[in-house]
Amino acid sequence: MTSDGRQDFAGTAEFRHDPDPTPSRPRPAEVLAESIVEIVSDSGEGAQRCGQSLAAIAARMGNGIWTVEIIPAEIQPPHRSVAGASGNRVRFASGPVTNVGDAADLVVAFNEQVLLSRLHAGEIKPGGTILIENAWQNDPDPAIVAAYAKVVAGVRADGYRVYEVPMAAECQKYVPDPRKGKNMFVLGMLCAIYSLDAEVARAQVRFIFAKKDQKIINANLELLDAGWAWADANLDLKYKVPAPPVAARQVVMNGNAALALGVVASGMEVCAMYPITPATSASHYLSSIFEKVGCVVHQAEDEISAATFAIGASYAGKCAVTITSGPGLSLKQEALGLAVMAEIPLVVIDVQRGGPSTGLPTKVEQGDLMAAMFGGHGDAPKVVMAVSSIEECFYSVITARKIAETFNMVVIILSDASLATAQQPFERPVFNPDWLAPPINQSAVPEDAKPYDWDARTGIATRFIPGQPNGMHCLTGLAHDRDSHVAYDAAINEEGLLQRSRKLAAFQTTLRLAPVFGGDDGDLLLIGWGSTKGAIEEAVTALRAQGHKVSSLHLKYLQPMASGIDAVMKRFGKVMTIENNWNDPKDDPLINDDNRRLSSLALLLRARWLVDVDCWGKARGQPLKPSAIMQAALAKLETAEGEQ
Amino acid sequence: MTASMSQCLMQMVQTDYQMSDYQSEIAPRWCAGCGDNAILTAMQRLCRDEQLPPEKTVCVSGIGCSSRLPHYMNAYGFHGIHGRALPIAEGIKIRRPDLNVFVTTGDGDNCSIGAAHWLHAIRYNMNLTVLLHDNQVYGLTKKQASPTSPKGLKSNTTPYGAALNPLNPLSVTLGVANVSFVAQAVDWIPDLLYEILRKAHQHRGLSFVRVLQRCPEFMGHRFDDWVRDPMKMRILTHSDGLRLKPEVSRVYKNQETHDPLDMPRALAIASMQEEIPVGILYNDPSVPCYDDLRAGERPNTPALVKTVLDEEFDKVGIWPDSADPAGSTE
Repeated sequence: MTSDGRQDFAGTAEFRHDPDPTPSRPRPAEVLAESIVEIVSDSGEGAQRCGQSLAAIAARMGNGIWTVEIIPAEIQPPHRSVAGASGNRVRFASGPVTNVGDAADLVVAFNEQVLLSRLHAGEIKPGGTILIENAWQNDPDPAIVAAYAKVVAGVRADGYRVYEVPMAAECQKYVPDPRKGKNMFVLGMLCAIYSLDAEVARAQVRFIFAKKDQKIINANLELLDAGWAWADANLDLKYKVPAPPVAARQVVMNGNAALALGVVASGMEVCAMYPITPATSASHYLSSIFEKVGCVVHQAEDEISAATFAIGASYAGKCAVTITSGPGLSLKQEALGLAVMAEIPLVVIDVQRGGPSTGLPTKVEQGDLMAAMFGGHGDAPKVVMAVSSIEECFYSVITARKIAETFNMVVIILSDASLATAQQPFERPVFNPDWLAPPINQSAVPEDAKPYDWDARTGIATRFIPGQPNGMHCLTGLAHDRDSHVAYDAAINEEGLLQRSRKLAAFQTTLRLAPVFGGDDGDLLLIGWGSTKGAIEEAVTALRAQGHKVSSLHLKYLQPMASGIDAVMKRFGKVMTIENNWNDPKDDPLINDDNRRLSSLALLLRARWLVDVDCWGKARGQPLKPSAIMQAALAKLETAEGEQ
Repeated sequence: MTASMSQCLMQMVQTDYQMSDYQSEIAPRWCAGCGDNAILTAMQRLCRDEQLPPEKTVCVSGIGCSSRLPHYMNAYGFHGIHGRALPIAEGIKIRRPDLNVFVTTGDGDNCSIGAAHWLHAIRYNMNLTVLLHDNQVYGLTKKQASPTSPKGLKSNTTPYGAALNPLNPLSVTLGVANVSFVAQAVDWIPDLLYEILRKAHQHRGLSFVRVLQRCPEFMGHRFDDWVRDPMKMRILTHSDGLRLKPEVSRVYKNQETHDPLDMPRALAIASMQEEIPVGILYNDPSVPCYDDLRAGERPNTPALVKTVLDEEFDKVGIWPDSADPAGSTE
């Protein structure tokens, strides 16, 4: 038996014959279409692992899932603090889940302060269920006893269903330090509440502790069973979110893992990076597997050297990748200009976070679109694409590498903090050798060929790679002619600008617009990009069910944009972008049509197509929720024609 | 058999490279009397004597007068952006051990805007030959003080004299972990410049050569005292280091036998004020190279990629109810 998850999942006879925890008060489960569960604790108490495991168990049973990490910015925030809440949200349903959803139905809190954090953030549904560790009522510190009593009384008064659970007391029966075991007890409790499969749950526990010795695995299995039995004996909560049988082989992972596997699958051989949240976990995972395929993750001394190292590697061989987040993208801009000017293929992955400056390092924002498109000096055409699901994180890297090498261009992939840690199942990719880059061309260059022999139709020139006889030339970031000779001549400079721009136009002709979600025409079209797709489409589905003629269009390519967007927009009475970035509130007395700063995509659509595009969005560091999008759409529908 | 023989013959014919084979069609546009011309000639001599195939030779530079050098070489060149020549060269080298990679940089490029990369490049110790053209002034932007400018230098940004003592590129480099080769040359002794460059090229690891270089336009008389008085030049020799031609030895009599593994003495030599040392200050060929350490154990092949992807997918797989998970391996 290896630590391989599949074999663990297969289970062994030993575990198949384990007795199920016997429910003392069996009762029928209430059937739900979906449920949103949050587990929150102090950092280091394992709530994240508990949430991830719950999601994995549900996914393996066939539920659609979406998980989001609740992360404090500090590594070791103070215990029992509102700012220190750490954990996981799991949304699971009978059908596919495409976003984080609205407020949580049920929350498990390891103390009352982390519970407050979620209540203050408005993340728990009014009247929702709260299960809270009750050890604090006997704490030696009277201040803690009082704080606990006050919060519990408060939430009861506010109408929440509160269950005080003796987690530590129960765990102490099995492990000396309950802080180290509570999470598996809670996992067992949640599995019981949601009627999950005991065998799958045990296989999951065995999988996550696979590297530990059998004693630890057994202790955690005992905790799981104890939580299960305790819930069955003491709680009147029993639900079932039915799962259809899994039809095809699937994989479940988060967005950053999918990006890393996409890098492997793309055939790129060099990744140069500098640590930055929330991008780094992609490089962590890549570092653990890249050498197995003969490739290198280089942790450079800074963001600039990460970009220039990747450019050097690209220049000398196959296209390379650099992975970063907002501040890193800013630092790389001069280097990206060099790659554009010298026409060196390069893939840049930007896992966006809240900005500007250090901003919200662990939280989501779609704030880098303009920086990706126009961040550098001068005219520097680049391809900018955005991913909207975990599956797209994987395939987009393969596509980006191909675009970069076909057009000798910089391709920027925009992901974000919500996709980075969100887990979602998707159909297991079947390896295709066409994903990979061809071997490095080392054949002799024809005598009369020039390094920038731009094709008049496409602007593409075949690049010469070091080692190719007759291909010697000096590549430069200065304006240059077809021989790559430095040239300050006006006509030559203009030709370079034209050819580099032409490549983007040539690429644009290959794009096809995604179908409109909802109906082909109507009263309101919502346009989005990136990670908001699931939430927007969920809102559209709900609005259409209420009879509203609302549809949505989701853009994958932001630069260039596919043809046909204007035609779609003109089929709707109103158009509004939905973006997780800043726009000025219309009801601010200082704001008017002349000074209102719009969300990025709205500004771009207005500029290109002269269509009256409004925008709605929030930059609160949280994923946009379907209910909020619905409200914004309804408000827009109610505004009179011509009124902003 | 015949094909491989003819290929072999062709290679023999082709490997008879002359100086002109390394001269690009662009004539150097440095000022008359600029020390960069001597460095270019030394580079071309080295390529000829080592018979480096031009297509396997890459000259990387940043921005500045020195960084125009790749344009004048008939080789692959990469004239990058200010301060970033080293990381570009590292990227080139990481997967291409077959390429001879030279870096030409200046005192502004390397010791100011690119200083972070300089320190880390020494620590990576990749197989690169780095030439620091140090004329102690910004030339291309028309005379501003650089980090190596002498204190008191009147320039366009320091009209009342540079306020600070200069940074010493030799002692800085010698102080970095994993340093493996440090030398100094001067443009006005071309024989030694060439000989030091040859030693640098033959070194396995990063060889750092500071070349003191005259800027006739902005630092006209900076090195006059040393150019005129050979006794103010301290020539470092060793059985493992430089061996002087008799004609050089006759002129430059101020010689010191210096063991290139003697770090304390190397640091003392680097700090000399009155005399200019020329030669190899430090040479430790045993320092591991990052490009060797990070070379893949096996080449990237489609089969390998498939295997690793499948392994990773297996760890996070979900199986149809109908399939027997234990029997579902491909």
